Amino acid sequence: MTPLTACLLVASLLFSVGLAGAITRRSAILVLAGIELMLSAANLNFIAFWRYGPHAASANHLLTGVLFVLFSIAVAAAEAAVGLALIVAIYRHANTSDVTEITELKG
Amino acid sequence: MAVSFWILAFLTLASAVAAMTMARLIHCALALVLAFAGVATLYLNLGAEFAGLAQLLVYVGAVAILIVFAILLTRSSEVTAMPAARTAFSGSLIALAVFAVLARAIISSRLVHAAPAQPIAPMATVRQIGEALMQPYVLPLEVLALLLTAALIGAVLIALREKPSKQGAPTS
Repeated sequence: MTPLTACLLVASLLFSVGLAGAITRRSAILVLAGIELMLSAANLNFIAFWRYGPHAASANHLLTGVLFVLFSIAVAAAEAAVGLALIVAIYRHANTSDVTEITELKG
Repeated sequence: MAVSFWILAFLTLASAVAAMTMARLIHCALALVLAFAGVATLYLNLGAEFAGLAQLLVYVGAVAILIVFAILLTRSSEVTAMPAARTAFSGSLIALAVFAVLARAIISSRLVHAAPAQPIAPMATVRQIGEALMQPYVLPLEVLALLLTAALIGAVLIALREKPSKQGAPTS
């Protein structure tokens, strides 16, 4: 098993764990936590390909993986802030953070 | 593959599983901090020092605190939010199927096997990253700054809006 395969397998396992949590848990906060775990798995893939993957000859593209991860971390932070604010607002409105009980838009 | 990678990967995955399966929300949040720290150590293990430290700062420092605050603000730490048995079974089955598909694709991929086994680690010093952020990547950086400002203002506006209740008394 090459190191790249090992990294990708670990990242896909992490993604699956996050996906299982996001699907099965009923607390909205834990659904968001599962999504964050999936994002971390994607970032791990970027780092793995940056470390072990083939590189372009130009020195300008040598940092693309790391920079993509940095931008992705910043976007994930913004997403977490807005998502948690939405959860707090929904809790004020519906008095629950259980995603199975917020069914106002259900037809 | 170094032994340290496998140890760190095992710790990360175990704490991720704990974060997604524990009954009490606050325990889940603490296990989630451990999982994020584990991902940061994996970055460090792979040689991406700046990304690892940024992950540590942003996730362990900021996102974890946000999640703990959200748990406290929604007062849901008392409620044991266990999933229903049927949902847990089918959800785990879906996740397992996704993992099987991904693993099959990774193992049978030719791109993965075309990569050299032990290439030279690409250099990514903080100086190089800073220069790259200021020269070719300056436009994404500015867009990101705008996004973060908008997210900050939006989060405050969503969470702190005083909703006038119909009974006349403020709810909280």
